[in-house]
Amino acid sequence: MAFSPTSRQLRQVAALAILVGLAIGAATVLGAARLPRADFVLNNATEIQSMDPHTVTGIPEGRVMRAIYEGLTVKHPQTLEALPGMAESWEVSDDGLHYRFHMRAGATWSDGEVIDAHDFEYSWRRLVSPETAAEYAYQLWCVEGAEAFTLLPDDRQYRALDGTWWQVVAPGRYRVGFSAFSTNRHGQPLHRESATPPSWDGRFPFNPGAAKLDVWTFHKWYPYGVFHRFHAEGAPGPIVANEVPPDSRSEMRSGMYDEHWVCEVEPTLEELATLQLLSAAEFRDVAWRKEVGVKASPDGTTLDVTLRKPTPYFLDLCAFYPFFPVSSKAIARAQERWPSSWRIEWLRPEHLVSNGPYRVAFRRVNDRIRLEKSPSYWDADRIAFDTIDLLAVDHLGTSLNLYLTGEVDWIDRPIAGVIPRLLPREDFNPAPYLGSYFYRVNVNEPPFDDVRVRRALALTIDRRAVCERITKSGERPSYSIVPRSLAGYTGGEMRRSTSEATYEENFAKDLEEAKRLLTEAGYGEGGGEFPTFEILYNTDQTHKDIAEVLADSWSKQLGINAKTLNQEWKVYLDSQRSLDFQISRSAWIGDYLDANSFLDMWMTGNENNRTGWGNARYDELIRAAASEPDVAARQRLFDEAETILMEELPVLPIYDYTSRNLANPRLGGFAGNALDEHFPKFWYWMDDAELAEKRATQPDDWVQVPARGPSEGKYPPAGRDAVQRCIPPGALR
Amino acid sequence: MLRFLARRLLWFAITLFVVVTVSFFLMRAVRGGPFDGERALNPAIEANLQARYHLDWPQWKQYLAYVGPFNLDDEGPEFMGGNGDRPFSGVLAGDFGPSFKYRDFTVNDIIGQSLPISAALGSIALAWALILGLGAGVASALWRGTRTDVALRLLATTGIALPNFVIAGFLVILFVFLIPLLPVAGYGSPAHLLLPGFALGAPFAAYIARLTRTGMLEVLHQDYIRTARAKGLPERLVILRHALKGGILPVISYLGPATAGILTGSLVIERIFAIPGTGSHFVNSALNRDYTLAMGVTILYTVLVYGLNMLVDLAYTLLDPRIDLEDPS
Repeated sequence: MAFSPTSRQLRQVAALAILVGLAIGAATVLGAARLPRADFVLNNATEIQSMDPHTVTGIPEGRVMRAIYEGLTVKHPQTLEALPGMAESWEVSDDGLHYRFHMRAGATWSDGEVIDAHDFEYSWRRLVSPETAAEYAYQLWCVEGAEAFTLLPDDRQYRALDGTWWQVVAPGRYRVGFSAFSTNRHGQPLHRESATPPSWDGRFPFNPGAAKLDVWTFHKWYPYGVFHRFHAEGAPGPIVANEVPPDSRSEMRSGMYDEHWVCEVEPTLEELATLQLLSAAEFRDVAWRKEVGVKASPDGTTLDVTLRKPTPYFLDLCAFYPFFPVSSKAIARAQERWPSSWRIEWLRPEHLVSNGPYRVAFRRVNDRIRLEKSPSYWDADRIAFDTIDLLAVDHLGTSLNLYLTGEVDWIDRPIAGVIPRLLPREDFNPAPYLGSYFYRVNVNEPPFDDVRVRRALALTIDRRAVCERITKSGERPSYSIVPRSLAGYTGGEMRRSTSEATYEENFAKDLEEAKRLLTEAGYGEGGGEFPTFEILYNTDQTHKDIAEVLADSWSKQLGINAKTLNQEWKVYLDSQRSLDFQISRSAWIGDYLDANSFLDMWMTGNENNRTGWGNARYDELIRAAASEPDVAARQRLFDEAETILMEELPVLPIYDYTSRNLANPRLGGFAGNALDEHFPKFWYWMDDAELAEKRATQPDDWVQVPARGPSEGKYPPAGRDAVQRCIPPGALR
Repeated sequence: MLRFLARRLLWFAITLFVVVTVSFFLMRAVRGGPFDGERALNPAIEANLQARYHLDWPQWKQYLAYVGPFNLDDEGPEFMGGNGDRPFSGVLAGDFGPSFKYRDFTVNDIIGQSLPISAALGSIALAWALILGLGAGVASALWRGTRTDVALRLLATTGIALPNFVIAGFLVILFVFLIPLLPVAGYGSPAHLLLPGFALGAPFAAYIARLTRTGMLEVLHQDYIRTARAKGLPERLVILRHALKGGILPVISYLGPATAGILTGSLVIERIFAIPGTGSHFVNSALNRDYTLAMGVTILYTVLVYGLNMLVDLAYTLLDPRIDLEDPS
């Protein structure tokens, strides 16, 4: 070879190349990464799943959604009452079923397009459409017809005939259907099930002379009624089915499928030929227009909503993020430009169109989402912060360090061990939170199928010790499943001793009762051996501490042996779902301020029940409460239902949650509330005068912390006067 | 040389294939799925969600679709968002799929964003490790038996014994709270990478110091060193030009496992210092059952470790002409 470098030259070149490469790499990475500090930085705990409000669930996602989108209403920072958002005003009918929202004139999306009632109709339709696969679709099921719309299959061909609905299935799709009856060329049924429906007169639907017909039926249950589908092989048209009014059905079970007989006259083949074919999309349009109670007026200024049953918290739901709007034009543009990847492209920060106080400037996975004030927002001149950063730091120690060094202005969860030292500070204000911590009991497994055993276990829990020595943030011991942080709710509680003067004496009496119950059930002294069981919990120090304390106290007081079992989150969920546990730690957070969010999950067979418990009377009460318009009567129904629940005790309540926000004391427009929901449009930095005022109203023993803000010249000065009008009337604590 | 490379690349392909296959099926054998949450999903909605990500296909079909290069999507554009119209997809076509958990990103996006950051952190850690380790090792070897040597060896042992997150904790207390010099966590400037780089590299610096010391001590007794000294070369040149090369050999062979260790050690350090690198994705994707992201990061780590080990072997010949790559000894 002509060019043969020596080994030494190779070495030098290699070393030089590596060094230069590293230097360039480091320089590009670090140089591109520099960002000025945002006006307000909060720790959002994790990287969010998506910027699409319809497909996410989760508290961190909610924070981002409330910043970049706005729904019909927003909530007051402290009382959580519904305030005008995209809807300027609204009227509610007397029966609570009809809402009319008047949209805000002049409001626009961030790309300049007008936002009106049509956008909300489109968005709510997208929320309940099956192809969106929205996990929170069920929140809109309070609207008439929405549940049925969600459960519509989406990949079928449909036909519509003169207002009656016919469902057409593509040939060959349903060969797995069980043949209920088929006919020879003369229309006589060849094969019939043994149970004859009472009103079937033996006529068969299709005109027998046209072609050889083989008929399969495949049944699927829809809330509208029953669809009965036929596959007509060799027919000019595809399969038809028809909608059957519920009262003409009779049931028959056979094989793997629930067969529902239809007793209507089917169309002839000639009629089939005249049917107009609609695509699946057109059929869903027809279904939406006919059945679902969300209608935008043609000029887009009003939105009429018809509910299925009176829902007192519907206006709160309008401020809940699954109900936020998305821009149909932006999605259509994305579908055109990127036909194969539009689902991801339309959500990129540079393409995302939103209507809220902020828009996304920049997003880095696992690092931060930077939001900047949206100039097209209708209230933009009253928004105080120009930029907000939401960090994705999930390590609690690091999060606390960032707050203490002033890099972050608000974290929502400090390390449990540090909480006693944080309590005297003015920036740590635990507030009652709509969440409940309880233990689920698998009532299918003996000995927990005996209610006396469950009650004995529940009475032996020293809730005050748990709240004061383990969680330490002012949680309330709980004797019911609905947290008492729900204002105005007084439901049934667990029966326990309340006659004595002090907690200790009451608890002693409860212990006696527990021992007595256990002996009655056949365990305890002189009785059988109580089997060792496991307390399941997901990986967390607090859960571990509580489980160990309870296992210990059950062992000491009742002589019961319990072991603790720690499983990783997803495995723990799987265990719960498959009822592969004896007792499991659980929690439930309410989505809206109503007792139903805590009570309807205990109905028999509900997918969130996961205890194997069911009670017919309980189900009845909850169902009745769902359609009860009178508030007082509804409250009585819930009261009775919760009393049943606390009598049977498939769950052992322990405490009600508190929110544990650690926030810069200078932050105005922010208050602890029962749902721990905060709307960024109200936030601002207090100036020194206002901060002094606030401190004057605080108890003297609160420790004051250095509060960074405008007086250090770090953030744009924005005192109270600049944004006063953005704050709703009513003092914030 | 060429035969060596060809053989190595062949084994690389085989290793990668085995890793991908075993990881793929092992992941799906674990309990829990990507869409499990506290609130149970309505069955119809869950079915739609599973269908979108092809989790309702049989596992062998999912595997083939994942590996590619042919696109097995047979659904129409309306249902699947139009994935069906591309002829090629899958790993062999360069597409690692959408992330199940971070639905706004593909795995390519996530790795593309986080890899340069992890690489920067890893390079800084390696730089710390080499500079500190080589320096300490050479000093230890030269002043063998003195108090300096003992002190340095003690430091090295401590560095090896302490886990990197303990070192990180000490560093944070020292340089963030006691002496407010550096930011506590985050990513955004060179100052943010100093502490994590040091914490990540310190255990390796310690190990490299020990290795260098041993290697240097071996070499310093050789004849050619005595010759060099006899020729009158200044001591500095003797050490740097002649002794160090031989002493570095054990360090070079350690660089392969060291880089692997830096990669795995970065999981903890990135979490503590909130650095958005691939390490955090590795752990989170497993916990979230984000199959595609976990596979993507696994493949990435396999490629990195294998590639670096290959480079280490190549570096051998450059450093010591006596080593012949073809020669199996």
